[in-house]
Amino acid sequence: MRKAFVPLLAITAALFALAPILIANAPIESTMGLVQKIFYFHVPSWMAMYTAIAVCGIASARYLFGRNKAVDAFAVAGGEVAVLFGLMGLISGPLWGRKAWGVWWVWEPRLTSALLMELIFVAYLLVRKYGGPGSEKLAAATALFGTATAPFVYKSVDIWRVQHPKTTVVPLLLKGSMAGSELPFAVSAIAFVLLAAVLMAARVALAQRQAALDELYLASED
Amino acid sequence: MMMTRLRRVCIALASVVLLAAPALAIQPPTAQSEYVPANPGTATEQLPAAPLLIGAYVFAWLAAMVYLWTIWRRLNKVETDMRALEQKTRHSAR
Repeated sequence: MRKAFVPLLAITAALFALAPILIANAPIESTMGLVQKIFYFHVPSWMAMYTAIAVCGIASARYLFGRNKAVDAFAVAGGEVAVLFGLMGLISGPLWGRKAWGVWWVWEPRLTSALLMELIFVAYLLVRKYGGPGSEKLAAATALFGTATAPFVYKSVDIWRVQHPKTTVVPLLLKGSMAGSELPFAVSAIAFVLLAAVLMAARVALAQRQAALDELYLASED
Repeated sequence: MMMTRLRRVCIALASVVLLAAPALAIQPPTAQSEYVPANPGTATEQLPAAPLLIGAYVFAWLAAMVYLWTIWRRLNKVETDMRALEQKTRHSAR
C-alpha cells in the first residue's frame, strides 16, 4: 500500500489540476446557468463519501461479526473520510441551492436525510474518540446503522417529491444529454474517489501506527 | 327556496376553492430529471454564480488539505511517542 501511495497521490493531484480546466470548458446548462457547474464536484464528493461509507460499513461488519481487529483501521479511516466528503457535499449543495432555488437550505427529504447521515458518522467518530474502553462494538454498530441509511438517502429523490434533481441526471448526462459534459464529470468523479482512497490509505497507516504504539505501551507495562 | 340552495352551492364551491388554493400554492416545483444545454447567446445569468462556484471548489481543496495535514501531524506525534517509549524501555532495561 505504501509503494502505491505516492503514485496514487500524484495521479489524484494531476486530475484535480485538470478538472477545473475541463469544467470551465463544459457547456452551460439552460435553466441554472453557470452555477450548475458546482454539480461537477458536488456529485463526486457524494460518490467519494459513499465509497468511504462502504469501506467503513464492511470493515465494521467484519469487526463486529468476525472479531477481526485488523480491519478496525479501515473502519475508522472510512468513517473520517466519509464525514470529510459529506461536509464537502453539504457545503457545495447550499452554494448551488442559493442560486438555483434562491435559498441556502430547504428541509426536504434529500437534504434532511443527507444531513442526518452525516450526523450519524460524526456520532460514530465521537463514540470512537470519547466512548472509552469497550466502546468499539457500539461504534461499529453505529457505523452499520449509518451505512444502512445510505441507500435511502440516495433513492430519496426518486421516492419522495423533492426539489433536488433526481438520480436520473447522472446516467442521462453520461449518455450524452448535455454533450461535452461527460469528460469533465468523469475526470472529477475519478479525482474525488481517488482522493478518498489516498486519504483512507494515509489514515489506515496512522491507525496501524497508533495500534503498534498501544501494544508497545502494554508491553512496557508488563 | 331555489335561491337558498344556489347560495349554499356557491358558498360550498367558494370554500373548496379557498381551501384548495393554499394547498396547491405550497406544492414544490417538479424536480428536474435531466440537464439540457442552453442555446448559444441566451442570457442565463441574473446573479453572479462564479463566487459560489469557485467557493465550492476552494472549500473542497482546503478541506482535503487540512485533513491531510492533520493526519501528517498525528502521525508525527505517534512516531515521537514511539521513539520516546523505546528510549525509556532501553534505559529501564539497563
